[in-house]
Amino acid sequence: MGLPGTWPSDAARGAEERPMTDQRLPILKTWKLFMKGAYPRSESGRTLPLKDARGALVAHLSHATRKDFRDAVEAARAAFPAWSGATAYLRSQIVYRLAEMLEGRRADLAEAVRCTTGATKRAADDEVNASIDRTVSWAGWCDKYPMVLGSRNPVAGPYHNFSMPEPGGVCVCVHGVADAQPLLGFLSLVLPPFCAGNAVVAIANTRHPLGALLVAESAPTADIPAGALNVLTGDAHELAGWIAGHRDVDSVHAIAEPAIAGTLRLGSAENLKRVHVLPADEDFTDTDRWTNPRRLAPFVETKTIWHPSAT
Amino acid sequence: MAESPAGTVFPATWEYSPAPESLKVEVPGSTKLFIGGQWVDPHSRRRFPSINPATEASLSQIAEGDAHDVDAAVAAARRAFKPWSKLPASERAKYLYRIARRIQERARELAVLETMDGGKPIRESRDVDVPLAAQHFFHHAGWCDKLRYAVPGGNPRPLGVCAQVIPWNFPLLMAAWKLAPALACGNTVVLKPAETTSLTAIRLAEILQECELPPGVVNIVTGAGATGKALVEHAGVDKVAFTGSTEVGKLIAKACAARGTRLTLELGGKSPNIIFADAAIDQAIEGIVQGIWFNQGHVCCAGSRLFVEESVLAEVTRKLELRMASLRVGDPLDKNTDIGAINSKGQLATILGYIDAGQKEGCTVCQPGAQALPAKGFWCRPTFFTGVQPSHVVAREEIFGPVLAVMSFRTPEEAITRANNTPYGLAAGVWTDKGSKVFDVARRLQAGVVWCNTYNQFDATSPFGGFKESGFGREGGVHGLAGYLAE
Repeated sequence: MGLPGTWPSDAARGAEERPMTDQRLPILKTWKLFMKGAYPRSESGRTLPLKDARGALVAHLSHATRKDFRDAVEAARAAFPAWSGATAYLRSQIVYRLAEMLEGRRADLAEAVRCTTGATKRAADDEVNASIDRTVSWAGWCDKYPMVLGSRNPVAGPYHNFSMPEPGGVCVCVHGVADAQPLLGFLSLVLPPFCAGNAVVAIANTRHPLGALLVAESAPTADIPAGALNVLTGDAHELAGWIAGHRDVDSVHAIAEPAIAGTLRLGSAENLKRVHVLPADEDFTDTDRWTNPRRLAPFVETKTIWHPSAT
Repeated sequence: MAESPAGTVFPATWEYSPAPESLKVEVPGSTKLFIGGQWVDPHSRRRFPSINPATEASLSQIAEGDAHDVDAAVAAARRAFKPWSKLPASERAKYLYRIARRIQERARELAVLETMDGGKPIRESRDVDVPLAAQHFFHHAGWCDKLRYAVPGGNPRPLGVCAQVIPWNFPLLMAAWKLAPALACGNTVVLKPAETTSLTAIRLAEILQECELPPGVVNIVTGAGATGKALVEHAGVDKVAFTGSTEVGKLIAKACAARGTRLTLELGGKSPNIIFADAAIDQAIEGIVQGIWFNQGHVCCAGSRLFVEESVLAEVTRKLELRMASLRVGDPLDKNTDIGAINSKGQLATILGYIDAGQKEGCTVCQPGAQALPAKGFWCRPTFFTGVQPSHVVAREEIFGPVLAVMSFRTPEEAITRANNTPYGLAAGVWTDKGSKVFDVARRLQAGVVWCNTYNQFDATSPFGGFKESGFGREGGVHGLAGYLAE
């Protein structure tokens, strides 16, 4: 990947114009899941075909099962102490490093956006630029949001009292089946809980998963600790019930169609997950909205500490 | 503490003289609903009795609101919303300031009424419930015209009509806790008090009238569970706020999920209170008492699981027993009373059921205190269990009564792991004189409020609310405003 002409979709597009003898048989990749820092196939062996914007087969995806999802949550839970316990300065540098790695894969990312959405080259480039810039912006929030969302409370008594936000634990990000902005949307959903210090299990967009999968491929090279970010591909409709019903998931951040949103909200009531679901037509290009620290507020818990300040 | 030869703090013959609160408070024989600024009879014409749990004497017949009344209240709140939310914020503030002042001025009457209706000691309603209720209105009054500074980068707007359902353990305080931020943010409210403790909410409605709060801005519909259900499931409600049990909280969460209604929940707890060997033990004993026997243990954040470092376990239990023997159980209107009446017959049965279950599971029960309990009313002596295993029901379930489970630990790791081993995450206590240990343990405890070398402190400026299944959202302080504002 990465070199012009090696995308199966390009080969498919050019097939009818080329003599048979010139055609290089493209390598039809099966993208794998990203879990605990490794790239396993689905435990079930199930795959899904991935079609480009014209309907031609371009790759296969691992079709995550309930067991795969549960394994990913387990990996995230195990990684949470280290990720949330890392200094905010280190988390900030790791997320910035992710932006550096993505910058080096601009062409791949643009092609990933274009392949399944059919976006123009300019539109795809714009989305890649916005995505990398968004990553840089969120990198900067890691060591600042506690200042903006925390407070020192002037209680009426001899106590030192302050409130601090801290990450809630394991957050599942669901990118639904929407069409628009597969890369920018994915990062905009993942970065707020992730930068707050949550361990994330992200479900890539069902129809446009390639941007998310390239982020998954970049994560270990950015020194994201194994398990702190996990990426699954599959069918969001199928996964929604399992996500909502999982007792060791603390929060859900989703952009989803009403059916998926309903499943996520209703099932989550059982263990009182914090659920933040946005409608499928969310506009991720709104930079003010999507770099606002309030975006991570649903995924942090405010802890208030009292201590006497008089003897 | 000076110990007498008999092992009690004071000789048994040394009795306090009665010090009853002398103010007589008029209680109406029957009550009405407060809807659209009017006092109206309930649609069903049905009423239910509210009794004094310390005497079992009937206080009043409380109006039972039904779906029809809820409809009317929500409609009144909806009509009031536009003018109220469009009022200049500085004007809105002045109403809240007025309410705070009137609560302060009528504090004694409210405290007596609260104690008569709920059974809590007058010392607590006088020194905690009522002053804090006033502070909540006063604090939030000042927020009205400052909301844009409360939300970073936001454009705060009110949500609309709020449905608020509150419990019986702090009736007036919970009403203030819910109403003040909702009103400050420009919302209108339908409030449902708990069925055993409606009287101070009704008195508060009179104060709102005195303060000339526009009709419909606050509506109060009394009733039991069915009334609350009709309210939280009403299609005309934009936001639900509930304080109560986790069980009911989950049902409300499901109902709100189906409709996409905004929700904040302040639910149950089984809060750990951790005593390290290097703590100031005598102060910690007072903290344990304040943690579990405050308000007869009818406190969602009660420090009901006590973890004591093994090397001081014997000392702590001995001193605790001694201290408990000096707690005075009895007439809540007596200013010397430490522990008042259990709120209701049903709650007393629940608590006694847990005490029974604890003994059946093999825990050792300890109920120091020889003072005779009144013949009438609902009473439970302060109780603690030793020999408790983490799997025992008294160590896992919220009892909501004056019952403490005492356990020991050897290392800070063990204490923290066991403290966090619960679906709840409302509050926690930690006692040690080592500064670095205090902050390390506080950081690692999964709880919305961590009291270090203190317990059960509350303030209008300090956010309150839980992690995990203790609910979501905060009440109080700048964080509490978020639950009543749209971005």
